[in-house]
Amino acid sequence: MQTTTRIAPDLPAPALRQALLATLRTVSPQLHVVVDEEGLRPFETDAFISHRETPMLAVLPESEEQVRAVVRACARHGVPVVTRGAGTGISGGAIPRQDGVLLVMSKMRRVVEVDPLLRAAVVEPGVRNLKVSEVAAPHSLFYAPDPSSQLICSIGGNVAENSGGVHCLKYGLTTHNLMAVRAIDADGDILEMGSRALDAAGLDLMALITGSEGNLGVVTRVTVKLTPLPERTETLLAAFGSVRSAAEAVGEIIGAGVIPAALEMMDRVVIEACERFMAMGFPVGAEALLLAEVDGGFEEAGEALAQVRAILERNGASEIRVAVSEVERAGLWRARKGAFAALATILPDFYTIDGTIPRRCLPDVLERIVELAAEYGMTVGNVFHAGDGNIHPCIFYDAMKPGELERSEEFGGRILELCVEVGGTITGEHGVGLEKLKQMCVQFRDPEIAAFHDVKHAFDPRDIMNPGKAVPTLKRCAEWGGTHVRAGQVPRPDIPRF
Amino acid sequence: MADDFIPGLCARVADAAARKAPLAIQGGGSKAFYGGTPEGEPVEVAGYSGIVVYEPKELVLTVRAGTRLETVEAALDAERQMLPFEPPHFAAGATIGGTVACGLSGPRRPYTGAVRDFVLGTRIVNGKGEDLSFGGRVIKNVAGYDVSRLMAGALGTLGIVTEVSFKVLPRPPSELTLAFEYSEAAATQAANRWAGQPLPLSGTAWEQGVLRVRLSGAASAVSAARGKMGGAEVPDAASWWRDLRDHRLPFFVADRPLWRVSVPQTAEAIALPHSQLIEWGGGLRWVSGEVDALSIRSTAERLGGHATLFRGGNRSVDVFQPLQPALLKIHRRLKDAFDPAGILNPRRMYDF
Repeated sequence: MQTTTRIAPDLPAPALRQALLATLRTVSPQLHVVVDEEGLRPFETDAFISHRETPMLAVLPESEEQVRAVVRACARHGVPVVTRGAGTGISGGAIPRQDGVLLVMSKMRRVVEVDPLLRAAVVEPGVRNLKVSEVAAPHSLFYAPDPSSQLICSIGGNVAENSGGVHCLKYGLTTHNLMAVRAIDADGDILEMGSRALDAAGLDLMALITGSEGNLGVVTRVTVKLTPLPERTETLLAAFGSVRSAAEAVGEIIGAGVIPAALEMMDRVVIEACERFMAMGFPVGAEALLLAEVDGGFEEAGEALAQVRAILERNGASEIRVAVSEVERAGLWRARKGAFAALATILPDFYTIDGTIPRRCLPDVLERIVELAAEYGMTVGNVFHAGDGNIHPCIFYDAMKPGELERSEEFGGRILELCVEVGGTITGEHGVGLEKLKQMCVQFRDPEIAAFHDVKHAFDPRDIMNPGKAVPTLKRCAEWGGTHVRAGQVPRPDIPRF
Repeated sequence: MADDFIPGLCARVADAAARKAPLAIQGGGSKAFYGGTPEGEPVEVAGYSGIVVYEPKELVLTVRAGTRLETVEAALDAERQMLPFEPPHFAAGATIGGTVACGLSGPRRPYTGAVRDFVLGTRIVNGKGEDLSFGGRVIKNVAGYDVSRLMAGALGTLGIVTEVSFKVLPRPPSELTLAFEYSEAAATQAANRWAGQPLPLSGTAWEQGVLRVRLSGAASAVSAARGKMGGAEVPDAASWWRDLRDHRLPFFVADRPLWRVSVPQTAEAIALPHSQLIEWGGGLRWVSGEVDALSIRSTAERLGGHATLFRGGNRSVDVFQPLQPALLKIHRRLKDAFDPAGILNPRRMYDF
């Protein structure tokens, strides 16, 4: 059932590489293969830049047939396959292996079809996220998931990571916005999951492949759901004297029956960085900024705006700005979107953490993070999706100072364990990749980890698809020690444990 | 009983696995007609009931599988919230576990989402008698494969669902139903055109030349949409939508076979000798009467969908659309992984 690795390459490394190349040239003579060190360098890492590795070789298929040929050749020789989209993932899911092939999907970037009446678009995996909304816009439709890298990240990567974005609370994650996914499994078979109808026969395999981080198959075609563009969007920015009062306002907005399109929060460290960087002119002493966006039909958005505004006022917002023009709206978003650039002015490097917690725990968790920061002697700033409890603490460090990177990673690990302790999760939208393997052992027990391996082996019996990512081996969990904290099984999970 | 239910269930399943004795998982029995005929020793889950955690401000509800759907809906209603997928009850006693296992959604499905879209986490007992938890109680969670969503619609073939966490939504304060005299083609066209605009649609159904459209949202939004769309207002329509959801309309004649044909919403009309009731903006076509299984399945497949013998009829043939060989291979492997002895609801879905 559980094995550390099932890969059994049929030859020693240099001979294996030659044999694989020979096979690829026979089965797919037109395939673009990168073999030289210079050409492979750009593929050494994704956006989890603290780790890098040179792949045995990289291939850039242009068609599903070529993908199949590569997967079959790799399966025959027992060579691992790592799939890469745009390389924007920040948990290391697309970092290659020295003993493996890197499958780069950037050449498969055709928009196959847009069907405005059905509100669907069929795209190849290399199509950029934002491109889908661009081709849908003439029909007054858009593709809702909007990860912050949406300008460059690819749909194939979005499926692999089940990407989120700032509008998830209302519009859902990638998994809620897919109709069908076509993928090649480790046997080289084509799997058609989902359909253009509203459901499909059999088990929901599309749910499994979405967010599987390249472990279950190579996505070759995606049918996404398109959403009507809202008629009206209203954006507000409110300053609060404490994180707690801002968090209470968030709970009250949702309790009142409003589902904002976005609800983002920034703490004092971030506000001050933004102020230095962009001079937003916020009241001195603001401890939290809340950016809220409501949208929909004209009347619906208007009504929601009035409700949100009243709640913000009632909860002690010291200043509320409502954008009255598209320019002002962009201005309010600048604080949120430019936050990461502003943070870079604090220290040269920062490490972004990604956990989710029940929203009611926000103030307590943020307090604990501040305490932990003091313990580690590091600075931490918080920008996060307050509406859905997805927190992104940023830990600042200087990579030139020995030990700082490691310390920031340890600190990050402690924050994630804290998320699990309060009934949350170690990753809301960035994925596990290589980064959070250790914390997986905190969130899940051995039989669950074993079940994940069983799921993988149903699609990939010999473990050739992105092995070693997303799910730790039981052996590694044992080595890391019994740190398991059962989410929600702590006594009285309804009481904040601080 | 709640405290020992799961250990007891684990022991029961482990024992059945050792004996290779099939188990028929039972909730309220309201959907026993659905899927392959239940076989094996009955395992009652209905006794394991109760809401574990409900935090209206978190939009999250965790509930034991045996809890009655009506109990859950009443608790949500008290907070002006709802299960957004509008699950059918079909009979009194329907449970949350059965709702998730059958994966059936009601009229609201095209406009807010399906059961699987609102499942955040599940606790299951697999076919080895292991108590496993997947997903969680938070809205955004990508740790591990999404096994909890996989349980929605798996008909208990991979595990006995014991607890479920859902994302819930506010119940729209205002609701209105409009009726239009449209042909089938015109109704499908109109429903899809409206769905491409920011209108507060929450249900569409066409039958015998009449398209009914339900709008739900802020009062101002509903009345503005009514102004844009025209049509005639249908008074007291709530019970009609409930009867549609639960198959109590006269269309659903008890002693006739009922086919459920799921196709792309904009698919052409399917010519059949029997009358059809069309929901989901054209995506769901109910056919009441004997039809040739092979021919309805090939039509559904040609249109990009699938056909299910939903209720009655000759259930010795496949109830569900047969799978492509590559998908069937994965299904078998998953079944072997979760239930190696093949004891959980055998043949309720496919031939395993």
